[in-house]
Amino acid sequence: MTANDRQIRPGFPALRPVGLSGMLVSFSDRLEEPANRAALAFRAAVEAERKAGIAETATSLASVFLRFDPEVLSHDALSDWLQGLLAARDWYAAALPGGRRLIRVPTLYGTDLAPQLEEAAAAAGMGVEAAIADLGTTRVRVLTIGFAPGQPYLGPLGADWDLPRQTALTAQVPVGALVLAVRQFVLFAASSPTGWRHVGQTAFRCFRPEAAAPFALRPGDEMLFEPVSKPEFLRIAARATDGAGGAVIGEIAE
Amino acid sequence: MSGLRVHQAGPACTVQDPGRPGFLGQGLSRGGAADPLALVEGAALLGQDAGLAALEIAGFGGVFEAEGDLRIALTGAPMAAEIDGARVAWNASHALMAGQRLSLGAVRAGCYGYLHLGGGIDTPRVLGARAVHLAAGLGRAVAAGDQLPAGRDRGGETGLALEVADRFSGGALRVVEGVQTPLFALDVRARFEATEFVRGGRANRMGVALDCPGEGFAAEGQLAILSEVIVPGDIQMTGDGRPFVLLPECQTTGGYPRIGTVIPCDLPKVAQAPAGAPLRFCFVSRAVALEAEARHASHLAGLRRAPRPLVRHPGDIPDLLGYQLISGAVSAHHEP
Repeated sequence: MTANDRQIRPGFPALRPVGLSGMLVSFSDRLEEPANRAALAFRAAVEAERKAGIAETATSLASVFLRFDPEVLSHDALSDWLQGLLAARDWYAAALPGGRRLIRVPTLYGTDLAPQLEEAAAAAGMGVEAAIADLGTTRVRVLTIGFAPGQPYLGPLGADWDLPRQTALTAQVPVGALVLAVRQFVLFAASSPTGWRHVGQTAFRCFRPEAAAPFALRPGDEMLFEPVSKPEFLRIAARATDGAGGAVIGEIAE
Repeated sequence: MSGLRVHQAGPACTVQDPGRPGFLGQGLSRGGAADPLALVEGAALLGQDAGLAALEIAGFGGVFEAEGDLRIALTGAPMAAEIDGARVAWNASHALMAGQRLSLGAVRAGCYGYLHLGGGIDTPRVLGARAVHLAAGLGRAVAAGDQLPAGRDRGGETGLALEVADRFSGGALRVVEGVQTPLFALDVRARFEATEFVRGGRANRMGVALDCPGEGFAAEGQLAILSEVIVPGDIQMTGDGRPFVLLPECQTTGGYPRIGTVIPCDLPKVAQAPAGAPLRFCFVSRAVALEAEARHASHLAGLRRAPRPLVRHPGDIPDLLGYQLISGAVSAHHEP
């Protein structure tokens, strides 16, 4: 198989500079499962090489970002090195990272605490009950962490949930808000404005700066947002002082 | 413990250092001083490490009292500064003796002024840095009643001043192309370079909105873009097609298209541009940009040797008659 045969989209993987000291390795220009796995595996490989001049790495949905020192490692030298690493194997066929966990989070769907469930369900062509049943039983994966500290982009949701972002921003959703658009959830790590629809509320904090492990989630982890009633949610939220919000964590056997 | 007691502070005074690099993959942007150059200037004036923390003061100063004898330096956006009612120079270092009060007024130009302590501000480090990151909920703004502890000061001269070029009134910004630059048509890019922008009303440590008359700057296929990594300096075109330049406390990913990236050494000009200040963009090649950064790095390296003794204007000395001004005069009639 040649490198060309492996490509799932023409023009990818692509290397492009970001600012003066960044390089982006993109595996696709849209969210696709193999591109997401490729990004996670490629980042792990870059980290393992510990190459001088590379300061840090990060993944987004379908790409890897490298921040580097162009005084130590020129753009051309970095590009050549990355091309070599890209050619070393079929990154789109990479397995998910090891040590993945399933995190089950008690979630209040709808009510005044998550006021856009009805609207989102209608846009997806379902009733509210069916929407809760569907969202509450779909295991979603942490595709990437970004925007705010520890904040996961989770997916994929079923095809019914391919809803566009709202054109107008919701002024503010609270920490722990579960919002939905484009077949993904985001679980908000900080209070923030958003163009996504606020369908659920949790007491789960993704970022716990005071804790030994400040970032609660890792790419590859899976999450399940299990429905609870409003009184139960309020009880959990009042009790949860550690940021876990009543979440139950288990290992995923590979 | 010596330090600075806060008697009064503006709404957005935060402890800042060079920030926390290394957490981009966890969604935490580097943060740190909005004007990193001011940190290096303060360190040069006090003869200390530029990694130490200082107080970043947005817009309006405050009143601070020394608890213990301190050395201080004032850099960044110039503010009216007084020690116990006597005017003192900006871009300079001063002694602030125990019990003395430093009063800082509103900025006279720019946005962010910096108050440095000898030994730095020694608040606890969180995730490796002292920089308050408001967007991430790391730390909080300084409020009246707080004590800012001073780190151990190895001591040194005060009464030194630094010549500082103006970066407090907008100006020309060099931009390099980025991942999404090709999404903007060539004529849109040309119009972008030809437009005189002004800093808009929305500005904080996350970013700065710019205004301009006329048509906005739209990318092709603007709504279909996959969320992608953001770096400080990125010029994001939001829904209305107006530029929003991202600063150190920005989010780490975003779905709005970015026409290019302001190069790091020009970014303090963006952070310090006051509302209404003119700003223009000019695309440069990577080679030109790297050369500009190298020149900037050598300017920073030279700052340590740049401070000169402060020349006091006699009008600034309230008790001038109390000074013995003629001791050391020699008589022309005596043999040496």
